[in-house]
Amino acid sequence: MTTKSRRNEAFVAAVLVAPFVLIFGWMFIYPTLQMIYLSFTKSPLIGAGTWVGLDNYIKMFNDKTFWTAIWNTSYFVLLTVVPGTAAAMIIALMVSRLNGWIQSFILAAFFLPYILPVTVVYIIWDWMLNLQFGIAQFIIEPLAGKRVNVWRSLPWFMPMAALLTIWWTNGFSILLFLAGLRNIPKELYEAAALDGATRWQVFSKITWPLIWPVTVLCLTIQLILQLKIFDQVYLFAQGGRTQATMVLVQFIYEQAFQKNSGGYAATIAVALFVIVVGFSLLQFQLLRTRGGNK
Amino acid sequence: MTDAISGAQPRTAGRRPRYFDPGNWILNLLTAAFAAIWFFPVYWALATSFKTDDEAVRKGINMLPESLHLDGYAFVIQNSDLPIWYVNSIITSVAVTAIAVFMAACAGYAISQLRFPGRKLLWYTVLASFMVPVSALIVNHFIIIADVKLLNTHAGMILPMLISPVTVIVYKNFFDSMPREYREAALIDGANEFQLLFQMFIPMNWGVTTALAIITFIGAWNSFLWPFLVAQDEKMMTVTVGITAVQDAFGVAYARTLSGAVLASLPVALAYLIFQRRVTQAITLSAGIKG
Repeated sequence: MTTKSRRNEAFVAAVLVAPFVLIFGWMFIYPTLQMIYLSFTKSPLIGAGTWVGLDNYIKMFNDKTFWTAIWNTSYFVLLTVVPGTAAAMIIALMVSRLNGWIQSFILAAFFLPYILPVTVVYIIWDWMLNLQFGIAQFIIEPLAGKRVNVWRSLPWFMPMAALLTIWWTNGFSILLFLAGLRNIPKELYEAAALDGATRWQVFSKITWPLIWPVTVLCLTIQLILQLKIFDQVYLFAQGGRTQATMVLVQFIYEQAFQKNSGGYAATIAVALFVIVVGFSLLQFQLLRTRGGNK
Repeated sequence: MTDAISGAQPRTAGRRPRYFDPGNWILNLLTAAFAAIWFFPVYWALATSFKTDDEAVRKGINMLPESLHLDGYAFVIQNSDLPIWYVNSIITSVAVTAIAVFMAACAGYAISQLRFPGRKLLWYTVLASFMVPVSALIVNHFIIIADVKLLNTHAGMILPMLISPVTVIVYKNFFDSMPREYREAALIDGANEFQLLFQMFIPMNWGVTTALAIITFIGAWNSFLWPFLVAQDEKMMTVTVGITAVQDAFGVAYARTLSGAVLASLPVALAYLIFQRRVTQAITLSAGIKG
């Protein structure tokens, strides 16, 4: 290739990547660097600050609310990731047995919540769980012995937030499991049927080992997603004891937009950043070793 | 299995046989029951939205609305800013979808097909950015958008929502798998890179493009945190953010609140129901599974 056409190719490439690089740099790289810088300053949300070194970090590690947020976020992750993935697997197994339009119909029923806006999910469940008129109270009352104001009762708050998050976001994992199940060669099942294998044997000897990679994928995607929990918890905690149910992103929001301390908010954001990137690297490593073994 | 063989055998061959299998039917019933329970909250929202406010809070469980009252809908449309929020949502979601998909297609094409300095660096940055939690950047997005005086504007709402490294990754992978000969033949025929991209690579990957566009649209319509931060004036809110304001304003008028919620989800629900296969494809692709 001649140098001229090389240079021409580079020019065309520059034109093509320019919009993306511009936006990416402006809305992604720059804010990331600025966030790190900001975390070393004491500054309001808008306006100049002063360099304070590691003060914000020291403050954060001694901040009780920070640890509450870490604990609540972890608790929420614990309540959603494994139960959600297990539920998604069961649903996918159920749906994959069906065929044709019945399958699409049943799948749509399970998937539809996933595409709803979070505020709609909030409104639906707020109504369902309404203390006086909520239809879910007909289930809660016999279980708890009384009606429960779920979003104002600490022991109920996170489990219920987790339950409706699973209800809301599970469509994603269900689709991944279905794709995984579809990739299992039919011949394996046919051979097992000829050998007279029971349903449990088929599941434990064929299905489970072969969808394990998808399971790991779902678990890690869910883990990283749920660490960033904000919307649901924020909406349901409105007007209640927000400090007690605080999660990490909410803590960032509170410090930045309600307490006007941009520097400290950035510090918490760095903490979230480190946690999420850490888990992502772990996921990457996991997926790579798996790929290497193949 | 070839056509000849599958034609000669009954469809159930290989599966379990023709005799009545109660286990199968029990599992089918369980599946249907579970699906009904799972879908129930959506049904209940729809049913409530067609009731009157009095009817919604009547004693006992009334599974069906007495009749299809549209009072709630009429009230929300006439007495809240919902129509304006709808316009805001459409403007931002359509703009985000068009711009993000276009940028990603161009960048994905360049990374996949062209040689230029910094290509590797750009690709690895895109891959790495996949890990970064955008919610950690809200504070700085707010500062940046405030700096350029775009708070409370559509542009300010759109800008941070344009970053979608996944879209670039998906495009790059799809363009990589295009046969090399197509490109070479077209170049010999005198086509330039732009013609190649817009008249060959994108049309030949139209399925992926629609899948990505639909999922981007749904994501933009549904996004909450950023529009919630940037829209300071009620008139600038998107539907997704606005409907909670409806709830606050109406108090315990649940039929009205749920009518608002149904209206807010209508575009994305329709997009999903019409393009079910594309949505499925986009989701499996974005998780790195070839669909």
